[in-house]
Amino acid sequence: MGETVKTKKKAFERVMQSATWAAAVITIGVLVLIVGFVLVRGVPHLKPSLFALRYTSDNVSLMPALISTVIMTAAALIIAVPLGVFAAIYLAEYARRGNRVVAVIRMTTETLSGIPSIVYGLFGGLFFVVALGWGYSVLAGAFTLSIMILPLVMRSSEEALNAVPDMYREGAFGLGAGKLRTVFRIVLPAAMRGILAGVILAVGRIVGETAALIYTAGTVAQVPSNPLQSARTLSVHMYSLSSEGLHTDEGYATAVVLLVLVVVINAVSARIAKRLGGGDK
Amino acid sequence: MSKQNIIKLREKLMSAVFLVAALASILAVGLICFFLLVNGLPAMGEIGVFKFLLGREWSPTDIPPVFGILPMIVGSLYVTAGAIIIGVPIGVLTAVFLARVCPKRLYKLLKPGVDLMAGIPSVVYGFFAMAVIVPLTGSSMLTASILLGVMILPTIIGLAESALRAVPEQYYEGALALGAGHYRSVFFIVLPAAKSGILTAAVLGIGRAIGETMAVVMVAGNQARMPVSLLKGVRTMTANIVIEMGYAGELHRQALIATGVVLLLFILIINLSLSALKNRSKQ
Amino acid sequence: MNCFEIKDLNLHYGTFQALHHINMDIAAGEITAFIGPSGCGKSTLLKTLNRMNDLVEGCKITGSVTLYGEDIYAASDVNLLRKRVGMVFQRSNPFPMSIYDNIAFGPRTHGVKSRLELDRIVEESLRAAAIWDEVKDRLKKSALSLSGGQQQRMCIARALAVSPEVLLMDEPTSALDPISTEKIEELLLTVREKYSIIIVTHNMQQAARVSDKTAFFLTGEVVEHDSTETIFAMPHDQRTEDYITGRFG
Repeated sequence: MGETVKTKKKAFERVMQSATWAAAVITIGVLVLIVGFVLVRGVPHLKPSLFALRYTSDNVSLMPALISTVIMTAAALIIAVPLGVFAAIYLAEYARRGNRVVAVIRMTTETLSGIPSIVYGLFGGLFFVVALGWGYSVLAGAFTLSIMILPLVMRSSEEALNAVPDMYREGAFGLGAGKLRTVFRIVLPAAMRGILAGVILAVGRIVGETAALIYTAGTVAQVPSNPLQSARTLSVHMYSLSSEGLHTDEGYATAVVLLVLVVVINAVSARIAKRLGGGDK
Repeated sequence: MSKQNIIKLREKLMSAVFLVAALASILAVGLICFFLLVNGLPAMGEIGVFKFLLGREWSPTDIPPVFGILPMIVGSLYVTAGAIIIGVPIGVLTAVFLARVCPKRLYKLLKPGVDLMAGIPSVVYGFFAMAVIVPLTGSSMLTASILLGVMILPTIIGLAESALRAVPEQYYEGALALGAGHYRSVFFIVLPAAKSGILTAAVLGIGRAIGETMAVVMVAGNQARMPVSLLKGVRTMTANIVIEMGYAGELHRQALIATGVVLLLFILIINLSLSALKNRSKQ
Repeated sequence: MNCFEIKDLNLHYGTFQALHHINMDIAAGEITAFIGPSGCGKSTLLKTLNRMNDLVEGCKITGSVTLYGEDIYAASDVNLLRKRVGMVFQRSNPFPMSIYDNIAFGPRTHGVKSRLELDRIVEESLRAAAIWDEVKDRLKKSALSLSGGQQQRMCIARALAVSPEVLLMDEPTSALDPISTEKIEELLLTVREKYSIIIVTHNMQQAARVSDKTAFFLTGEVVEHDSTETIFAMPHDQRTEDYITGRFG
């Protein structure tokens, strides 16, 4: 009888071992498949003409979309980063414990982080595009995205600020520095890396976003010459190519560029976060 | 003295600025709810709340038009359920692998891989699925479920892994000391101890799946009818909005916004259950 | 002359009373040591002297503390008070920036902008803290690269850089090795001319070695406050004697 229990035990171990390995293999297999597939289909079509400055119906250049992505990202960050960091400063440095307002802020921030991008797109379309009369524009797109990434920036900044040891603050107060000076000169610099890692993750979300942009920034495939013009980012460009169905090869090439961007963004963020753990300099 | 006053004034001013910035998220949620409700509710009233929510037919271009979004609600729920059925077991097992099985060297390779999966844009997932899964299973509910199951993997893996890592090592060692094997200790002691974190991961996965738009649009077929079979096309609420918003007329447009309101309602319910979960795990 | 005069000071953290009816005059131009077992209130009292307790939620103070006759809790500008009353903490807390910027932080806070002036202050402070020779070639290096003892001396230099009138030290050597401790004690003896120093310490030999006056604390009260010689050679209170001779605590 002891023997059968033993074999049963062994069988359990073996089955669960196989199951966990299988799950990991599936996960990584899917990733390898996606990346490999995109590379195989896309890289051969990465022709120099795809990086022409103008988009025409003959040459569906991705360059304007790439430039628009950079512009859109920068604009959204300019709005969301100060807002998010300041909000985090309030939560981490100023708010008293048990403050009612803080509870509401936390709740709404969590709500924001759960709202799907299509709902942001709807809202941006109703508010920025129609109510404020900005039309399909870089400005409307950037504002929509900035609300979307706000909770991410807030959370990572607050965590970074909370990770700054209190003895830095005490040291600064002990020298007669006021709160503001302590926050800006001592606490914020010490938290900078954590904040930056969060911001870069936000960049990743912006670069990958489509649904929030189609009905706010529109889908015009040229480089915008002012903030009230429509423009498409790389992701939107890729979606447009796929829905038109005429330029699948160029779609894959665009996917390669997007993947490279994502890899770079992840690597930079991980690097910053890693140095964060490893102490200073 | 006046210099000190200036400093004091600046302190006051900036603390007000910080507070205002912190209030921005409240303002944002308020504006979002306000604009969606103001633009969506009248249509619901005009169509009739029950007709809208429970109507089985969606023919916005018929004369007279018919706006029933039950097919899309059911479609979203089915596809999300499918995603959970596929994504949660694989995700949790992968998390167990990462946290408890995988050798350190391999971990250094796998972890960035999972992070990369989280960063890949939806459209790229959609493009891939169009070319690889659709030829096998068609533009269908099954395809959409598989794709969403894959897309929620990084969310589930990330959260489940940190939940597993947060379980005190003594639990595992205690089980080993009683003669349990490695996997028995992990699955019967460590995993149950992490269950609230894993539940949170699953709920977040539901939120992501129900809200996903572009990738689903590209592979689900998008027929606006009650789902008939796993291998037939289906339309989700998100797809409904993104496909028709471009050319919708007045009432039609409002009906689409109302679809957004219903979607938001689902998300709010999910958020509420999330915070309930968090509160429970705190106690 | 006295720098601090403390009258009937009570301090509560929420419902817990940490200090009871403290009455004490602290002489200027001397080193005063606060000794006593853990939790006796000596650090708490130290922190009321530059109002660091303001940062603790739920902390309530009654009674009065005057610095050269001025009530510090009535004064409107707490930052100015902290400039006049510097503090060195138990664990050295260099800011994550260069040594130079660490020392210059205080003077810059209080409006010194000229580079020449800052250079002069940095050098003087580091010399006063007896660490100039060790760091003069790497002022631009991160302060976190210094050893523990060096970090603490740098923190003392940083406190001196705003030319305080009083220097509060909260167990400044408790985290240091004996050699670093010795260096800091020597340093205290050299700067005593210019500053009034109050030092909280667990180490009774340290109190005996460096201080002019010693105050013995027990459960939030001052048991005895006298010249260090008296406290260590012939204390008046039995409890002081028990503590000094190691019979409890």
